[in-house]
Amino acid sequence: MPMLSLSNAPLLFLGIMLAKILAVFVVVILIVAYATWLERKVIGHMQARLGPMETGWHGLLQPIADGLKLFFKEDIIPSQASKVPFILAPMMILVPAFITVAVIPFGPDIVIGGYQVPMQIADLNVGILYILAMAGLGVYGIVLAGWSSNSKYSLLGGIRASAQMISYELAAGLAIVSVFMLAETLSLRGIVAAQMTPLWGVIDFLPNWYIFSQPLAFALFVVTGIAEINRTPFDLPEAESELVSGFCTEYSSMKYALFFMAEYANMVVLSAIATTLFLGGWHGPFPGAINILLKVFCFMFFFIWLRATFPRVRYDQLMHMGWKVFLPLALANIVVTAVVVLLQQ
Amino acid sequence: MLDTYLPILVLISIAVAFAIGSVVFSRLIGQKKPSAVKLAPYECGMPLIGSARERVSVKFYLVAVTFIVFDIEVAFLYPWAVVFKQLGWYGAGAMGFFIFVLVIGLIYEWKKGALEWE
Repeated sequence: MPMLSLSNAPLLFLGIMLAKILAVFVVVILIVAYATWLERKVIGHMQARLGPMETGWHGLLQPIADGLKLFFKEDIIPSQASKVPFILAPMMILVPAFITVAVIPFGPDIVIGGYQVPMQIADLNVGILYILAMAGLGVYGIVLAGWSSNSKYSLLGGIRASAQMISYELAAGLAIVSVFMLAETLSLRGIVAAQMTPLWGVIDFLPNWYIFSQPLAFALFVVTGIAEINRTPFDLPEAESELVSGFCTEYSSMKYALFFMAEYANMVVLSAIATTLFLGGWHGPFPGAINILLKVFCFMFFFIWLRATFPRVRYDQLMHMGWKVFLPLALANIVVTAVVVLLQQ
Repeated sequence: MLDTYLPILVLISIAVAFAIGSVVFSRLIGQKKPSAVKLAPYECGMPLIGSARERVSVKFYLVAVTFIVFDIEVAFLYPWAVVFKQLGWYGAGAMGFFIFVLVIGLIYEWKKGALEWE
């Protein structure tokens, strides 16, 4: 069956493309909105509180109320701030966070009008490089926000964030190399397909998810990922006990909301990438997209659980871990994987 | 090419429109009562001391320079990782030497104290 492309059925291709993009965009925004509700609820219950209860049943309308409130708030641009970068920074953080989902496959191929349609916005053959590039772009927004606010807290938060994010981006990038060595592709669709065979080709009742072959890489990727998206216990850029709110101290109204949304969008994206690379993506007992949503929600719960459990690490501990523990471990994992795979051939 | 990159272009435009739209919309409907104190940078409610455009520790630049070296290494590892089964022991040996040189660099940096934060 031919793949649907721009050359063989242009109108159908454009229509399905727009439908997929809008569906994914709306789903991501909904998950982001309800992740804020989930976080407040879960942390509330972990601390023997109820969390939001007033707006709607068990506070279910809270994200909508929060969003509306932020729309009506006064938009303050500090008089000493560099105006243009100050306005651009929140957008520069939000956009990379949202467009990374383009390469995540969320279901098996379906057939529409005699053509095969992949359930993925774009199947890039360099999908992982695209993800890393977008993750790298996120740093610019944070540095720009910290610098342009012209406030001491913001500047400290921005500089801390940049050093932390580039250090952990490195370890995260190295941790996933072993996945490509096993899958022999950089396309996320190919990586999911490679995980659908029986485990190591022999064990029938387990899928060949890379978490079984690469447990160290999985652990490294999740921990460095949490550090890269600045979540607790690595939330030094916005350490509220010392830096007020870090790089977004001077922001208010919808610009602050964009930072907030970007943080949760990054959590969703990190969960989706970890799921795709190590936990079989959309593969599982339920119909396609439900599997990946369930796995993403397990990750989100895990991130919230971490926030309720762990104290923040010190900055020297953070840099020490990134460069002296995670980086050598990730390199050693690549070497060991290479030797083991070649010995088996 | 267009088949794969057109959807990304469309997604980028939607995300940019969403970001700009929400900021502009809140700017239009939000209230505006600026005052000199409100527009001053936050410093715990105290009068400002000095400027925020201060010098920062050279450590951060050192981290950035080291990052560039190692990030290029990562970029070299990706194409190798995809074809490494075909390249076999020859490719693994060549990449092993490359990683070895970089690990020596890391050890040098470590001994020089570039990774210490006190």
